[in-house]
Amino acid sequence: MLLHIVNKSPFINNSLESCLRAAKKNSGVLFIEDGVYGALDNTAITPQVKKAMKDKKFFVLASDLKARGVSDGVIKGIEVVDYGGFVDLTTQYDVVESWL
Amino acid sequence: MKFGIMINEGPYTHQASDTAYHFTKAALEKGHEIFRVFFYHDGVNNSTRLTTPPQDDRHIVNRWSALAEKYKLDMVVCVAAAQRRGIADADEAKRNGKDADNLAPTFRISGLGQLIEAGIQSDRLVVFGD
Repeated sequence: MLLHIVNKSPFINNSLESCLRAAKKNSGVLFIEDGVYGALDNTAITPQVKKAMKDKKFFVLASDLKARGVSDGVIKGIEVVDYGGFVDLTTQYDVVESWL
Repeated sequence: MKFGIMINEGPYTHQASDTAYHFTKAALEKGHEIFRVFFYHDGVNNSTRLTTPPQDDRHIVNRWSALAEKYKLDMVVCVAAAQRRGIADADEAKRNGKDADNLAPTFRISGLGQLIEAGIQSDRLVVFGD
């Protein structure tokens, strides 16, 4: 299964939307850097993420949330990971794809 | 597990070089092997020894060099991308008739074949960029 890495805010470009469109059932999506804004609750993109969460797993990098002061705003059900967790995810999924 | 790391963004730009560094360090600390770190496109700017950030800022180039020294990392800079951006080791500088070189220690200049090899030899190739 594939791990998608999204590093851009969904309010800057459409890489998250493209990712959600392409991601298959049971794949993983990891938010890093400005991508962490995609993991926040009560935004314009939240409904799309919540819908995708029904058959995909979502993760977000803790330090990038903290750097932006938004650690408390994450959608319930998205797993917060540190860099060690980031490494673990890349080993748990067969392929890693960065949406650059 | 064996990792290949690819970096396509320069230092002090957005965050890719920092993320790649922290990822690589975390992987090494977990006992994984880093087959190669490949610097491509603007990523080659991570390899100039002339980088001089303010004293209270992180030194991205030296930080990579220190990690490479500690774990004996193979850090490869794409030759074509480097030439375009004025990154040269002593050999490249001489070959192109330049009066100076600026490649930081622990980096080496080579070609795209090194990226392909990293993709083949590694269990995972993780790409960082803009």
